[in-house]
Amino acid sequence: MSDSTTTTQPTGGVPRVPRVSKVSEAVIRIAGNSQDGIQAIGGFLARLAGRSEQEVMTFMTIPSTISGGPSIFQVRIGSGEVLSAGDEADILLAFYQHSYEDHIGSLKKGGIVLYDSDHVELKPEWQKDYHHVGIPISSLTVEAIGGTAKDKGKNIYALGLVARMFDLNVPKLEALIHERFGGKDQSIVKNALSAFHAGYSYCVGDLIETFRFAESEKREGAQVVMNGNEALGYGLIAAGVRFGAGYPITPWSDIMELLRRELPKYGGSFIQCEDEIASISMAIGASYAGRVAVTGSSGPGISLKTEALGWAVMAEVPLVICDIQRGGPSTGMPTNVEQSDLNIACFGSHGDAPRVVIAPANVEDCFYTAIEAVNIARQYNVPVIILSDQAIATRIEAFPEPDLEKLCQDITPDLTPVANYKPYDLSAPDGIVPRVVPGTRIANGKYPIATGLEHDEMGHPTGSPKLHQQMTTKRRKKLQALAATLPTPKIYGPPEGNVLLVGWGSTQGPIREAVDRARAAGDSISGLTLRHLNPLPDGLENIFSGFHHVLVVELNDEGLYGYGQLAGLLRARFTDPRIRGVNKSDGLTWKVRDILERVRTTLATLKKT
Amino acid sequence: MSQTLSAMPAPATNLAVASPLPDNERKPLTKKELAADHPTWCPGCGDFSVLALYFKLIEKRKLQHEKFTTISGIGCSSRFPYFVQAHGAHFIHGRALPFASGISLSRPDLHVFAFSGDGDAFSIGGNHFNHTARKNIKMTLVVMDNWVYGLTKKQTSPTSPLGFKSKTDQWGALDFPINPMKQAIAAGATFVARTTHTNPNHVLQMMEAAMDHDGFSFIECLSECVEFYEGAFDSSNPRKGGVFNLVPPDHDVTDELEAYKLADSPFPGYFGVLYKIARPTKNAKEAEVNRNAMEKFKGLKDWQILQKNFDRMK
Repeated sequence: MSDSTTTTQPTGGVPRVPRVSKVSEAVIRIAGNSQDGIQAIGGFLARLAGRSEQEVMTFMTIPSTISGGPSIFQVRIGSGEVLSAGDEADILLAFYQHSYEDHIGSLKKGGIVLYDSDHVELKPEWQKDYHHVGIPISSLTVEAIGGTAKDKGKNIYALGLVARMFDLNVPKLEALIHERFGGKDQSIVKNALSAFHAGYSYCVGDLIETFRFAESEKREGAQVVMNGNEALGYGLIAAGVRFGAGYPITPWSDIMELLRRELPKYGGSFIQCEDEIASISMAIGASYAGRVAVTGSSGPGISLKTEALGWAVMAEVPLVICDIQRGGPSTGMPTNVEQSDLNIACFGSHGDAPRVVIAPANVEDCFYTAIEAVNIARQYNVPVIILSDQAIATRIEAFPEPDLEKLCQDITPDLTPVANYKPYDLSAPDGIVPRVVPGTRIANGKYPIATGLEHDEMGHPTGSPKLHQQMTTKRRKKLQALAATLPTPKIYGPPEGNVLLVGWGSTQGPIREAVDRARAAGDSISGLTLRHLNPLPDGLENIFSGFHHVLVVELNDEGLYGYGQLAGLLRARFTDPRIRGVNKSDGLTWKVRDILERVRTTLATLKKT
Repeated sequence: MSQTLSAMPAPATNLAVASPLPDNERKPLTKKELAADHPTWCPGCGDFSVLALYFKLIEKRKLQHEKFTTISGIGCSSRFPYFVQAHGAHFIHGRALPFASGISLSRPDLHVFAFSGDGDAFSIGGNHFNHTARKNIKMTLVVMDNWVYGLTKKQTSPTSPLGFKSKTDQWGALDFPINPMKQAIAAGATFVARTTHTNPNHVLQMMEAAMDHDGFSFIECLSECVEFYEGAFDSSNPRKGGVFNLVPPDHDVTDELEAYKLADSPFPGYFGVLYKIARPTKNAKEAEVNRNAMEKFKGLKDWQILQKNFDRMK
């Protein structure tokens, strides 16, 4: 399979005369320390792309230290579809020696290193492969805005350099700087603009070529730019969630901070609890009291919540749980990505405890998945786990603005008195009983108990073997009824061929890009992303039957028997020997070329055996 | 991008709407209307008396079925909601308080009562006891303290006195017990009272005072386990030759140090309200945060408030 791309890149060695090249996309990696505000540069570029009808995707790493430590922000901007944050950078902006040395390997041959010559000493042996441009960024920033605060403002200076290199829209960037720093001390905006213009005026163009993005296709309507955690948080608000409870843990905390800040505007509350167990218990209590509530966590916090999750299954109380996956087990790798919570999401808790698991595939999908999760929870009276991950949570994308007037829903509980009520009515179609919540008068004077003990139709405890069987069946049947309503996922590429790459969640982008690349090189390969992981949608066996190989690409370990967590689930479900795992657990997102390489080696191994 | 229609219709209710009596014509509930399952407690258990007095409280205070919820965790005491004909929930071990907090903080129209035991409240749920107390979340918690694990048949509990012989301490309990009164005062509870199942009038009095308290009101009710710790509280029962000492009438209930001293008296100690102060509830503070936040968006629909965020992300 070929690694060639169809895009134009700023390559071609070292030009003698500066020139302007038209590009359809560019990958810029900014490397520094976490306190340098490099995320801010990335944020500005992403937001600008969103306002310029371009597609954008970002990728960042943050050290899991309290303050400081190396950090990168990579932004890929394109006039066409952008599916991943890019395997290799066209431009590396390096603030320090470690930034330069650690990240030169991520730069494509012939790419440009812009480095802060105040801090970086270039290595002669790398000069033949990369175009080096040294700029004393630190001292020029001090010159531009005065030198009291140590290194403050050099990120904005660097933004000016990048703006010049790519002929970016200066009025739009100025507006973004005003929005970001306005409201604070006016001198801050002034300093930021001075730093930006100083960077912009630096004659980069005399040293190297500059670039201009090709015009994007005109889009209808505006784009919004945000990261996955924001999209998830705002999606929950749109869905009508007005109560939540949580405990701080990375990378889930952003969502709880957002909801804590935003919910009061709608008369709702998000409560910071004493621990993970209290959080889910409080959310379940609020859900029991009427309106679907939310809790969430990452890593160890999810483990702690599983007992209470089982209660919500048993008592048939709706709930939304966000699991922003990180590297595990135990404390694991708090600021890295991994898709290793699928098993606990689907099965975590003792006993037979069926629940719903949905994995959003990109930032936009986080917003809509939140609404879908709330609606499934309240329709089926079941906990729904949204399985996001660190990569989606922190990456920024631009997507078409949702129609909020249409999407926002009111899920205030209905307290109109009822004649009678059986919370666990065994005769209910598909086992689904609409809920009657506390505060509702029940005319026959028989009131329901929500319980974790096996129970009769009114919620009173029973030791009856027959009832346990019937109630277990009832809880399962609800999910089977849901499964029948789920759409069969769409194949990316032709419905028949040699290889089908199956993935879930944040790997959708890299998998699709891998499919594009491989197909461009003549390979017969398609892709499939599963959003609904428990229950699985119908029709997958028909899709699989169109391919010789079904390779499940996941960010988790291949396990004892050679299958990742989704591959294991699919094998158990379909007992199809064509299903095989393509796994890695290095805490980083898939690179497109790594997927293709692993597919190649997997197929080669199969041929041998 | 989402493949599933995100907006589903609200679940339709298939229940016929009743036309019950208007609220002002309803009579106080009787014991018969309030009783649900026959209690599964052992004959002679102290918990019967707490249940009977809860019914009395609801009758006396004219609470209707739908105006309160009865919440519990796990243990003998925590079977409570099954015996009460009203909305209720039997949650998991130790977590009744956060569950009850979720109701209290999202449904100001409901009175939330939580019932717990010494193991549930002070051992597995110890963390929640402290934090619910300090946050002053509005609800009433009654802990039926029997100094032993009863449901699991006689293991040492966090309130078992030193030397108590149980199945997990055949030679007598080794670990220093929790003093629930001291624990509650130190944690920041705003209403701390102590009573015993053998004095029904006093139990009702404490329940009424607790219900009227605006905040987290905590009652420790000694409740004898006749099966596994018979006679534990005899020295507090005048009918068994003990003494029932009321909190001295001149005790200042707002004096934290005095309350702590009373709490520290050796068994049988004092019964009554040891500590009671007025401090804003979490409920009131959150409501104020909301009032301030909503003031800025007056007249806007929810989607318009959200739109303002989205406009900033363009």
